[in-house]
Amino acid sequence: MIRDPKDLVRYTPAERANHWVVGICFILLALSGLAFFHPAYWPLTQLFGGPVWARILHPFIGVLMAVSFLALFLRFKDLNRITEVDKKWLRRIGEMVEGNDHDMPEQGKYNGGQKLLFWLLAICMLLLTLSGIVMWRAYFEFPILLVRLAVVIHAATAAVMIGLIFVHVYAAIWVKGTIRAMWYGTVTRAWAKQHHRAWYREMTGKS
Amino acid sequence: MALQSLDITRRSATTTPAPALRQTTEVAKLIDVSACIGCKACQVACMEWNDIRDEVGNCVGVYDNPVDLSAKSWTVMRFAEVEEGGRLQWLIRKDGCMHCADPGCLKACPSPGAIIQYANGIVDFQQENCIGCGYCITGCPFNIPRIAKEDGKAYKCTLCSDRVAVGQAPACVKSCPTGALQFGSKEQMKDYADKRIKDLKMRGFEKAGLYDPPGVGGTHVMYVLHHADRPELYSGLPPDPSISPLVSLWKGFAKPLATVAMAAVALGSLFHYVIKGPNEVSKKLEDELEKEEST
Repeated sequence: MIRDPKDLVRYTPAERANHWVVGICFILLALSGLAFFHPAYWPLTQLFGGPVWARILHPFIGVLMAVSFLALFLRFKDLNRITEVDKKWLRRIGEMVEGNDHDMPEQGKYNGGQKLLFWLLAICMLLLTLSGIVMWRAYFEFPILLVRLAVVIHAATAAVMIGLIFVHVYAAIWVKGTIRAMWYGTVTRAWAKQHHRAWYREMTGKS
Repeated sequence: MALQSLDITRRSATTTPAPALRQTTEVAKLIDVSACIGCKACQVACMEWNDIRDEVGNCVGVYDNPVDLSAKSWTVMRFAEVEEGGRLQWLIRKDGCMHCADPGCLKACPSPGAIIQYANGIVDFQQENCIGCGYCITGCPFNIPRIAKEDGKAYKCTLCSDRVAVGQAPACVKSCPTGALQFGSKEQMKDYADKRIKDLKMRGFEKAGLYDPPGVGGTHVMYVLHHADRPELYSGLPPDPSISPLVSLWKGFAKPLATVAMAAVALGSLFHYVIKGPNEVSKKLEDELEKEEST
């Protein structure tokens, strides 16, 4: 694909790299975590060099993800403040899902759905990190009741987060012209005008 | 720890039936606390038979030595000084795996075949399948399993499954000089316990009774207690142990629910795409912008 000089820069190289570190960590954590969650996923441990290695690696990858997610969070938290327009957008999310996105309220760099996802993922990461530390028996020892609570929180939150990431990835696949923003950072002007008109105007100075 | 594949009734992280053709008699070890003199011969016999030597510890001012179970000490005597009815009583309890009929460790274990339950009731860890996650500790209502620093594997009393498999009593039972430890079929042990309890009641221990907690389906290590109404007197033996509801939620309901929910989101996305089609930038908008730019 030839990059048009008129394309709009949506993500800097540092932002993209940060996102992919988080993304790769997530995939590895989801695969190894699922293996411990239900016997049906147990064969996934083979991807990590066997079940013992999967157990050893999972928490370390978790630490990397927690740190890199925190960096991503700090980069984007200001852009994800939920406004009145976002709430209006979220109330009409049904129309968006139906595919009638023409009359949706005008959105800035992120729409209400993206912002909601951002905060939900942040909450998930916080819960997963804290409960994960409590479960990390190789290095920590916590009261048994806390550990029992942590394993339930860890499993439930992980399942929610996997669902959220499915939605995140699917939204990127569904809305054509989106994924390139995470590969090489730019989107077309038409894409910006259709999906994030306020951001389009901000970037181009046009109406 | 020999694998007797015909005699297994339950296997960790396994959703299909275990090889269970052969039915064997349920066994049990009976620990008659009232006959125990705290000599620790059982501790010695345990380390000798299993050929594991724990590090020599320090005296901490009480008889408990080692002070707690470890990956290398699968049974310890716990000494409690309790004042009952105006006189001091020395309650000595041999602690170790209870071999629950409904084992919390096995329920919590994520590794297929790392924990198995034999038809005779013995719950055994298969260390070669253990991944060292410690979920068994999370699941156990008696705080028994320990993870070894050396190899990251979980260990606990095997009830000498290797000896029992060839018709021998566990090493601890063999070594007990007072008959406080008995071994046989679970039925026999209950009968024997009844006799002991009658005797204790005659001697004034009106609350004497058998500890075979129903919350975990009964155990294959049972106690005769002089104060069966208050098991907690015996260095914190839980009065009504059961698998924590949190563990049941985590390893029960949550597993199918989460799997179905995740599959629903993934399939829902796929069919959304198939039914609604992709969300593309409108051709009209693209043309407009192109025109705008060329002028």
